[in-house]
Amino acid sequence: MIITENLSKKYGSQTVLNIESLEIPKGQSFGLVGNNGAGKTTFFSLLLDLIQPTSGHIINNDVQVNKSEGWKPFTSSFIDESFLIGYLTPEEYFYFVGDLRGRNKADVDALLSTFEDFFHGEILGQKKYLRDLSKGNQKKAGIVASFIGNPEVVILDEPFANLDPTTQIRLKEIIKELAAKNEVTVLVSSHDLIHVTEVCERIVVLNKGEIVKDIQTSAETLKELETFFAG
Amino acid sequence: MFKRFINLQWKSFFRSSSFGKGLALKIVMIFFGMYMIGALMFVGGFLYEILRKTFPDQSPMWVLSGYLVYWILIELFFRYFLQKLPVMDIKPLLSFPIKKSTITHYILGRSGVSGYNLLALFFFIPFGIVLLLHGYPVLNVVLWLVSISSIVLCINYVNFLVNKSDKALGIIGGIIVILYGLDYFQIVPVKDFFGPIFHGLYEYPITALIPIVMAVSAYALNYKLLKNKLFLDASLKTKTKDAKTSDLSWTKRFGDMGTFLQLDLKMIWRNKRTKAQVFISLLFVFYGLIFYTQEVYANMIPMFAFMGIFMTGIFLTNFGQFIPAWDSGYYSMMMAQNIPLRKYLESKASLISVSVVAMFLLTIPYVYFGWEALAINFGSAIYNLGVNIPVILFFGSFNKKRIDLDKSPFGNMQGTSATQFLIMLPVLGLPILIFTGAYYLISMEAAVILLSLLGVIGFALKNYLLDRITEQYRKKKYGMIAGFKEKNS
Repeated sequence: MIITENLSKKYGSQTVLNIESLEIPKGQSFGLVGNNGAGKTTFFSLLLDLIQPTSGHIINNDVQVNKSEGWKPFTSSFIDESFLIGYLTPEEYFYFVGDLRGRNKADVDALLSTFEDFFHGEILGQKKYLRDLSKGNQKKAGIVASFIGNPEVVILDEPFANLDPTTQIRLKEIIKELAAKNEVTVLVSSHDLIHVTEVCERIVVLNKGEIVKDIQTSAETLKELETFFAG
Repeated sequence: MFKRFINLQWKSFFRSSSFGKGLALKIVMIFFGMYMIGALMFVGGFLYEILRKTFPDQSPMWVLSGYLVYWILIELFFRYFLQKLPVMDIKPLLSFPIKKSTITHYILGRSGVSGYNLLALFFFIPFGIVLLLHGYPVLNVVLWLVSISSIVLCINYVNFLVNKSDKALGIIGGIIVILYGLDYFQIVPVKDFFGPIFHGLYEYPITALIPIVMAVSAYALNYKLLKNKLFLDASLKTKTKDAKTSDLSWTKRFGDMGTFLQLDLKMIWRNKRTKAQVFISLLFVFYGLIFYTQEVYANMIPMFAFMGIFMTGIFLTNFGQFIPAWDSGYYSMMMAQNIPLRKYLESKASLISVSVVAMFLLTIPYVYFGWEALAINFGSAIYNLGVNIPVILFFGSFNKKRIDLDKSPFGNMQGTSATQFLIMLPVLGLPILIFTGAYYLISMEAAVILLSLLGVIGFALKNYLLDRITEQYRKKKYGMIAGFKEKNS
């Protein structure tokens, strides 16, 4: 359960995020949509305690994230390439993350084998460092790394961007599977309304830092979102 | 078109990240640049006198001519590291309606006026002026300078031709060593052989045409090669090397810390800038050879302390001052992952400790110059381990400037700020001050014991100090994350 209370972030006089209250129950697959500058990444960064809130706080499974590091063991994320270590090969990176999450090599290998389809033969055994992979392949590696160690909360910022069509479809399957497990909360942000309506049970629309819509996904959701963004 | 290119160049220079740096750093860099230029001009201006005094029976021009061959080779050798054709800069131009020949001329012409070429002129022009003052014929001197400038351009363009493989570097290095060896052991008089050739450039002004033609040909050759390769997949592609995975499972023996130790070792080994740091540190072991052999210093015991702190702590200062900026590329991940900050810092501390011990072991042979050297180095090493490691880690928490690991290590000031200069005071200055004080008040033995004692105390308080440092890093976390994200800082 993730509880947000009176959360705001200001840079100077500009308010980039202002959420009075938002509760995400455990096990929900939660989608965040909005135009550039709506505050999606800001919200995720606050959730990961990468930036300091101007006011308010976020509580992740009873842990207030800007007070204690206790949320780290059960939360994993992939925000952007700065979450990758460029001079490691993908394998080394997975093992490193595994180490941090108390998984040995065999555990990580077992998990990776379930993603063979997703990797499409372009990640493992390539003799390339992460910095030399294409943007799309970097993203694949980062997303899969966030699944290592059975996290209870998975945060993915724009996971569909830069991926090829086949991979996008596979990723949707993966996220749906993950969300089907009741104990895993998945938070996804996206610019692609179709993808996000397909994988998320609930969609929140941010506009200029404020929540303007909070929808339980249904057959009409896509239409509703399209009308909203058409302005 | 060229006017527009020059405009671009102008903007890229004044809007470059190095210009946006802090004022203090800017002043230091300008000062350093002025110093370099001043030194070159000074030596150039006095070279005539120096050569006349050292070789009274030969004309200075002859002596200089003999050495010119070495200058050319050595400059070529160093340019190999320092200068690369900046082909990547023209990538955005390719899709515009600009002729490929124009782009090629632009990039080659631009390198012709680069700072590297000017350096040699700062040296030779003052020399030429002095020649004129001594009544050398104007025509000869001026055309000789023209020849020298052409040779500089030759070096410039030949460098781009040979720059493609490391073999060329080995060959140039080999030639330098062989020529110098032949000369030194008087097997073949290399200087006497090349001397007349270069002196001819002065003697017969018309021969200035030869280097000019050579420079033009080198340019033409470069032009031909480059123009045909202006494609994204040819010369403009950044080369990727095959990744080598290394088994570092022995680091597991260090428990939780092993994970980070392994990461740090990979970081050092797989990135240019960190690798250079290690080599530079190792080179500084030989600093003692220059120092201990000088009679002047034999009785200046405090200088020994400087050597001790410096040699055993060179990696500590070089590498440690940029912690945690080395990890800046992925610092937000490190902060969001399941990483206890304390373990992260501990592993950095142990890595530096290993370096201090290793550097101390390497300096043991200096016992040859007296047991004082060994004793002082030992005391310094203990001090470095106990006191300087926590100090440098503490100051690391003030780092907010990003370091891109794969940028060239030469002349790279990225990540440097006023903090780096301030760190030097407590790290280098304080122990020397303590040592000197104890040495003059009591004795050298007491000074060594005092340094070691301080080190041991620091060591005993290690856990407490690390806790405090971790606290400090936690407080500065947000500033670091934001700072490390700024690509142009």
